[in-house]
This record gives sequence, C-alpha cells and structure tokens, in this order.
Amino acid sequence: MSANAGTVPEVVPSSSLIPAGAKFPKAAKVALGMPQMRANLAHATGTIREKRAKVAGELDDWEQLRDAASAIKADVQHRMPELAIEFERKATEAGATVHWARDGVEANAIAARITREAGADEVVKVKSMATQEIELNEFFEAQGLRAWETDLAELIVQLAEDKPSHILVPAIHYNRTEIRDIFRGKMIDAPTGLTDDPAALAEAARLHLRKRFLSAKVAVSGANFAVAETGSLVVVESEGNGRMCLTMPETLISIVGIEKLLPTFTDLEVFMQLLPRSSTGERMNPYTSIWTGATDGDGPKDVHIILLDNGRTDVLADEVGRQALSCIRCSACLNVCPVYERTGGHAYGHVYPGPIGAILAPQLEPGRHDDLPYASSLCGACYEVCPVKINIPEVLVHLRQEGPHQAGEKAAMGAAKAVMARPKLWRAALGAARFFTRPWRNKGYMRRLPWPGSKWTVSRDMPMPPQESFRDWWKERER
Amino acid sequence: MSAREDILNRMRRSLEGAGEAAEAPREYRRALAGDTEVVELLIDRLVDYKAQVHHGIESIADILDEGQPVVVPADLPQEWRVGEAIFIEDDPLDPEPMDADDLDAMDAVLTGCAAAVAVSGTIMLDTGAAQGRRAITLVPDHHVIVVRRDQIVGHLAEALPRLSATSPQTWISGPSATSDIELQRVEGVHGPRRLDVVILDD
Repeated sequence: MSANAGTVPEVVPSSSLIPAGAKFPKAAKVALGMPQMRANLAHATGTIREKRAKVAGELDDWEQLRDAASAIKADVQHRMPELAIEFERKATEAGATVHWARDGVEANAIAARITREAGADEVVKVKSMATQEIELNEFFEAQGLRAWETDLAELIVQLAEDKPSHILVPAIHYNRTEIRDIFRGKMIDAPTGLTDDPAALAEAARLHLRKRFLSAKVAVSGANFAVAETGSLVVVESEGNGRMCLTMPETLISIVGIEKLLPTFTDLEVFMQLLPRSSTGERMNPYTSIWTGATDGDGPKDVHIILLDNGRTDVLADEVGRQALSCIRCSACLNVCPVYERTGGHAYGHVYPGPIGAILAPQLEPGRHDDLPYASSLCGACYEVCPVKINIPEVLVHLRQEGPHQAGEKAAMGAAKAVMARPKLWRAALGAARFFTRPWRNKGYMRRLPWPGSKWTVSRDMPMPPQESFRDWWKERER
Repeated sequence: MSAREDILNRMRRSLEGAGEAAEAPREYRRALAGDTEVVELLIDRLVDYKAQVHHGIESIADILDEGQPVVVPADLPQEWRVGEAIFIEDDPLDPEPMDADDLDAMDAVLTGCAAAVAVSGTIMLDTGAAQGRRAITLVPDHHVIVVRRDQIVGHLAEALPRLSATSPQTWISGPSATSDIELQRVEGVHGPRRLDVVILDD
C-alpha cells in the first residue's frame, strides 16, 4: 500500500471498460462515451501532428527519403531468408546467441529459460512492441517471473493495470493529472506531495527505477532495426531506460521480428532521419544504442537474440498485404487518423491499433480482427505521413475484399447491382426512396434504417437521397 | 524440423514467384549545402534540446566544481583534465573495474566523442579513443563531452562512415528526455540530466 493511498482518486483503467473480445463498432461506441479520454487524445495527437509536420518540413528531400525507405523495405521482404541468415551469421560471429521462434509461446519460453539460467527471477524491460504482441509479461508472471517495464509510459500503463493504447506512447490516453493519481495510488515509493508537473513525474519514475537498473541481472528488449551486414541491433529511445537495460545487466535478451532487418549499416542514414521525425517529432531522439554481439569489458556478456515469426511469414505471402511488414512503428498514422483520435487505441482490441493495426492485426492473426479493415474512412492521411510509404488505404480495401462477407450483404449488393444496371429501374428506385424518406428530409440524414437496413446504419448515418437527381436537373437545364 | 528451418522454409514458400525488388532509389541528400556553417548549426540544435555549449578546453574548469568526483576514460588526454575536480580513471580491462554503485557515486563523466552531426544536434560515441565504455557515460547524472572541430559534420550520412560500425555505439541528442506525458518533451529521466558540450576549435 502506498502512503498516499486512500486520499487519491482512483483512475479506472480505460481498457477495462471495453468488453473483452468486443468487435470494433461496439468497442468504439464505448470509447466514444469517455469524454476525458477523447480530450486527452485530441490534445496529445494535435501536439505531435504539429511537431512532426514542422521537422519533416525542414528536410527538402523528405519524399526522396520516403522513396528510399519504401524500396529498401521491399527489398528486405524479397530477400528475407538470405538477410536473416546473414544477420544470424554476423551476430553469432560477434558473440551473440541467435534463437528462432515460430510464435509467441516459443519466444516466451526461450526468454524465460535464459532468465532462469542466469539465476534471475525478474527482468527489466525496454519498451518493445514485439514483447507486447507475444504477451511476454503475462507469460513471465504465470511462470513465477517478474518483468518490470521501464519506459515511462509503459510504467504508467503497468501501474494502472491498463493496456497500452498507442504504439509509441502507450499511456497517451492519460493526462498529467491522471498520471499523478496513478503514481500516488500505485507506486510504492512515490514522493509525498507529488505534483502533476511532468518534470516531477519524470523524477518520480527515475527514483522508482534507479536501484532496479543498477542491480538488474537480465534485461529484455526489442529492436528497431537489425542490420544484416554487421549483425547489429539498434534501439531508439528517449529516456535512457533503454541504455540502462542494454548496458548494465549481465544478460540481454532481444526479441526481434524478422521484418526488422535492414541490409546495410549505411541504410540507417535513411531510417534514422525518418523515424525520430515521424514518431516524436524530433530531429533526433535523445538516445540511440547500437550493439553487435558481446563486447569484452563493455555491457552484457551473455547476449541473446530471438528472431520472431509469429505470423509474419504468412503476411509475406500476400503480394498487396506484405507492405505492412515495412512498418517501423513510428505511429505517425495513429496521430493523424480521425478514427483513432476519437476512439483511442483500446477499441481496436489488438496491440497494434490505428491504421497500421487495422492492416497488421487481421494479417498476423487471420480470421480474427476481420472488423478492423472497416475501422477507417479511407481518407488516406495515414499513407501521406507514413515514412516508409505503406499504402494503408490500398491494403484496407484489399483486406475488405479478401475478408468474409455475410450473405445479407452479398444479397444487398447483388440487388443494388441489378437495379443500377437498369436505368429505368434505378430512376424508379430513387423516386421511391425520395417518397419514403420525406419525413426526414429537413434533417438531411437518417440515423437508423428499419431492418435489414439497420445493419448498415448501426455505425453510419444514412444520407437522404437528393431531392432532385442529376438526370432531372440536367433535363431541366437542357430545356 | 527446427524452428529455424521451419521459418526459413515458410519465408521461401511465401516468396515463391515474388522475384526481386527494384533497386532502391537513393536521391536523398548525403550532405548539407556547401555554405552551411556546421558549427553554428550544431550549437543551435544543441541549445534547442537544452544542452549547454562551451568553447575551449579551459571551460571545463568552470563546468566541473572543485572536489567533484569525475570519471574519465583512462585514455582521456591529460590536457583535458583541467580545473579542480577529482578525475578518476576507468579502465574496463582492470580486473576489478568500477561497478554500478561506484559509477553512481560519481558526480560527472568527461569524455570525447567519435563524431557530431550538426543538423540534428547529435553526438556519437563508439567507445573509441577518449570515450570509454558505455556504462561510464550513462550512470553519472552529468556528461561533459569534448567535440573537436574536425569531428563535426553537417549530415548524418557524413557521420556514419566515421563510426566503428560493430563497436557499441551511443548517439546522444540532448540530455535524457521523455515525451510520454501529453507528448511534450520534458528533460530528465534515467540518463544524464545535464549535458555540457565543449567545442574545441582547431
């Protein structure tokens, strides 16, 4: 129990309000009923959009960088077996132990085994989407091991017993006052009289984790890039928690999706310009760590790399969909998405929310998340900001086509096709539609159609048919 | 079948008929415009990210207080150890090198660097000459970095060839910071909260 407990308003974890396994339309409706979260998201995404646009605008070769990044990633996908083997060879020569994991369970089991063999029952963690994806923390807990998140936002989410709602800033749905309340309620050693000044909150996190960093035996990380040519891993961060985890412990376990490969060290000249500007809107993030195997007298002696598939090789098979594997997890697409800004990340029901999640989740876990490709208005803002030029709208439409379609929808589309193909019938249908919707004419839209049209209006308004069709208007004009 | 073979086979199966990707176009910049004042640009960017900038080796005497324990790599030039601070050498090949608690007792660390990128205000360490191992530049709360004029380049692409690619690297752009609260940058979390950069003109 914290000394402050009892006097602090309890912050309800937002993810707990969304029913488990709810499809997007239902989950989004719940999320839309959380005004504080919507305000927090609007504020945070607004801030970052402005910063990103400014620093991307400073580079007059931004489009050339995007073109290069997109092509390099396409090349990685086409040469993935060769590059993975090259990476493994170079990393091994440099003293790392490389493991391969078909899925999350295999990766978690390897990580847990290494942790135990190192004589530890806990690990410190660098923020990593791969370990979120495979639920490493939950696996460790079930095995009697403990994983401590050290990134500030991850720490907030872990203390709040919530789930991440954003790829880069998992606690984006909380404002500073809520974060202070979470610290005061849940952080054992929260300083008394803690204010909601962000600097004070950062200081509290520093004090909370410092001892743990200096005494940790094992760290778990992901990686932003894996350089095949040299066998190096790259971690991009801000706070220094990454450096702590990557430098201080004796044993380091890095779990790396196979799509993170880059062919050469020189390729970093492209990606390290694009990533920080697209993610936090900085010209460069405060800290980037690059390491190659183990180094005598510097950092962890026992260095492990787990190359993770977990559905990625299946995504690779889809000619249109495989571009989702180019993602560098900057989250610029979340920050510009009108849907994400209003629903937040939890409504997506997957560790990857927002536009990139809407194309990654259904591909990584086929048959689940078929609702997500519809969680978009196809406005295209995500494609425009994507630093690696993933054509997200194209993949969304592709996945909608590939996904399941209910019999009712097929019948309705068939009927519409038959009517639209016959001009007379179409004209008559429009006339009938105008007649039957007269009561709503002044409102301009209908909120709910009677069944079976209600299936359409459950998440959309139905616009009124125009009072005069284009054909009638043209005819009138010709006279 | 091992997981390795299985995954590699799945990759190959998924790529059947995919052919080769087109060669990546590399029409982006690899240097700044020739007339860019890189030192001024570097200073501007460092200050923007709340680092303090100083000129000349004598300024170290003012940055570090009298009697402060300051860790330095064993190969740090003697002429950089100016002022009244107590300079303590770290030698990683020492049979009993300083441990985390020893480093935590240091007030500051003084090192050189491998390269500095003006356009992003980034200083790069690759554990080469005068830089020491990674832990010494991480644990103390105050990092003083000496940058020679000839180590400053304009663009990231000019800096990469100067680094030892396979040595442990740390690229530093300002002091430790976070954007995790309402996406506003706040200085000071786990890394050194104070960053002083000393620029040595030729």
